[in-house]
Amino acid sequence: MKIRFGKLVSRLGPLLGLLILSALLAALSPDFLTVSNLMNILNQVSLNGLVAVGMTFVILTGGIDLSVGSILALTAALLAAMLKAGIPDSLAIPATILLGLALGMASGVAISIFRLQPFIVTMAFMTIYRGATFVFTQGRPITGLGNRGIFAALGRGELGGVPWSGLVFLAGIGITAFVLARTVYGKYVYAVGGNPEAARLSGLAVRKITASVYAVSGIFAALAGIVLTSRLDSAQPLAGNGYELDAIAAVVLGGTSLSGGKGFMLGTLIGAFIIGVLNNGLNLLEVSSFYQQIVKGGVILLAVLLDRRK
Amino acid sequence: MKRILAALTAVLLCAALLAGCGRDAKASAKKIGLAISTLNNPFFVTLKDGASAKATELGYELVVTDAQDDPAKQAGQVDDLIQKKVAVILINPCNSDAAKTMVEKAAKAGIPVISVDRGVSGAEVLSHIASDNVAGGVLAGQELLALVGEGAKVVELEGIPGASAAVDRGKGFNEAVVGKLNVVARQPADFNRDKGFTVMQNIIQANKDIRGVFAHNDEMALGAIKALEAAGLKDVIVIGFDAVDDAVAAVKAGNMKATVAQKPSLIGSMAVETAVAHIKGEAVQKQIPVPLELVK
Repeated sequence: MKIRFGKLVSRLGPLLGLLILSALLAALSPDFLTVSNLMNILNQVSLNGLVAVGMTFVILTGGIDLSVGSILALTAALLAAMLKAGIPDSLAIPATILLGLALGMASGVAISIFRLQPFIVTMAFMTIYRGATFVFTQGRPITGLGNRGIFAALGRGELGGVPWSGLVFLAGIGITAFVLARTVYGKYVYAVGGNPEAARLSGLAVRKITASVYAVSGIFAALAGIVLTSRLDSAQPLAGNGYELDAIAAVVLGGTSLSGGKGFMLGTLIGAFIIGVLNNGLNLLEVSSFYQQIVKGGVILLAVLLDRRK
Repeated sequence: MKRILAALTAVLLCAALLAGCGRDAKASAKKIGLAISTLNNPFFVTLKDGASAKATELGYELVVTDAQDDPAKQAGQVDDLIQKKVAVILINPCNSDAAKTMVEKAAKAGIPVISVDRGVSGAEVLSHIASDNVAGGVLAGQELLALVGEGAKVVELEGIPGASAAVDRGKGFNEAVVGKLNVVARQPADFNRDKGFTVMQNIIQANKDIRGVFAHNDEMALGAIKALEAAGLKDVIVIGFDAVDDAVAAVKAGNMKATVAQKPSLIGSMAVETAVAHIKGEAVQKQIPVPLELVK
């Protein structure tokens, strides 16, 4: 009973932070707590949130994936090219997701089979994929994608007033939270992150599991790429630049440990919302963008400090 | 302790909810939104200042957002401006194509959009206020031709690919020099000084005998000048665009030979004037070109 209470409290930390932040902003700005603004926040959060979902898997194994922003850009560019060429979105979208899987898998294989440091490997792929995006797009945005049903809805449409991008994000959270908490694969991910040597000695296929989380990260980066391309109705060569940092921030704010083995998906949901609420709130309060950066960094620092005191 | 904190938060949240319940986000006829691409560029800082001053003069409130050149961020910020129910949105797009969906969303919310300095492709705006960038490119091209002579090897440093300013200035420049100058390299440096430096450095590696450089903005030109200095290449004619303070100083010192002066402050204030005119119910022009001149 006591143990359960302790775990509850530690999980409550980030949620408490989010609630206090929201209460503060609601008191300071009348525009904050309206239904349309909350949907607005959900829409904005979903982009970073999707990337953060994939990133959670990677960080849980003690690794890191710096290439997500570039995977987002490359998959977005290829999606745009496919749509422009007239391929129906029912084919192009799954193809894009598979592509994200492959791109992520490349990092995963390099890290697990050749036993290289995730930081360096994913940083290298970040540069390679960004370069490939520039080569493919010739440095220019790809436009003229046509207003397709599914594709247009993903970034710009709504279901019962809730933006589709938000629904995709929440579905992603729900599915992955289930996978991490209730499936054997989920337990393996935690095991590899908590103690890779013990996991290996217990007979787990550590290399395969390690490689797989990068593939998952790639899938979610591709999903984010699809949503972004739909939202802007174009593929930008510089898309996703710096997204890895916001994603890592969301994961860490949610209580997942960077050394691996500890954390949970709902924490990432909260972390993503903390960042999204901050961005939105500061805009609504018309805080100068120069100060916004300082505030954002300060909040992240504070949140991580408070988390450690437990 | 944690329990007390949790209870306190619950109370605060309820209070805020109740407070927010009664109020609607009322449309503010006195608020104008200005979504800038990046305040990391002194040109846009001056533009914003000009807009701010005019807004204060006319008695309106200007809400400024800075997208740091990220179209996704800008989309979020335009959403936030729509939430604030501003009367008009002045948009300085990070990317003219990406801005289309933002304009459409604002139109759906009944908020008119005026594009500032860069256009929006694929969507209709209330008005477009910018320097005549094509004419500016022509001015720069003619000046470069006059200074380096026909047949000389020159380099063009382009702005952010897809930004209408870059497209137009490039168009004007190339119209003026086609067949007369040998453009050996044409690379984007994203209107950024650091990038201008590194891109120029790389180009110099392959082309040591260039006689002139035209950069789509002063920031890139200033970066190029540093790269040329570092490579020990003297007497290369550099022409920029924007006439920001650093560039005018460089022209005075002789490092830059000329720059095309836009009037960012005037662009900003004209944008606000046009917005206010529309709010008051007056008709506004679709295209408002702002004059420019060569500074040498």
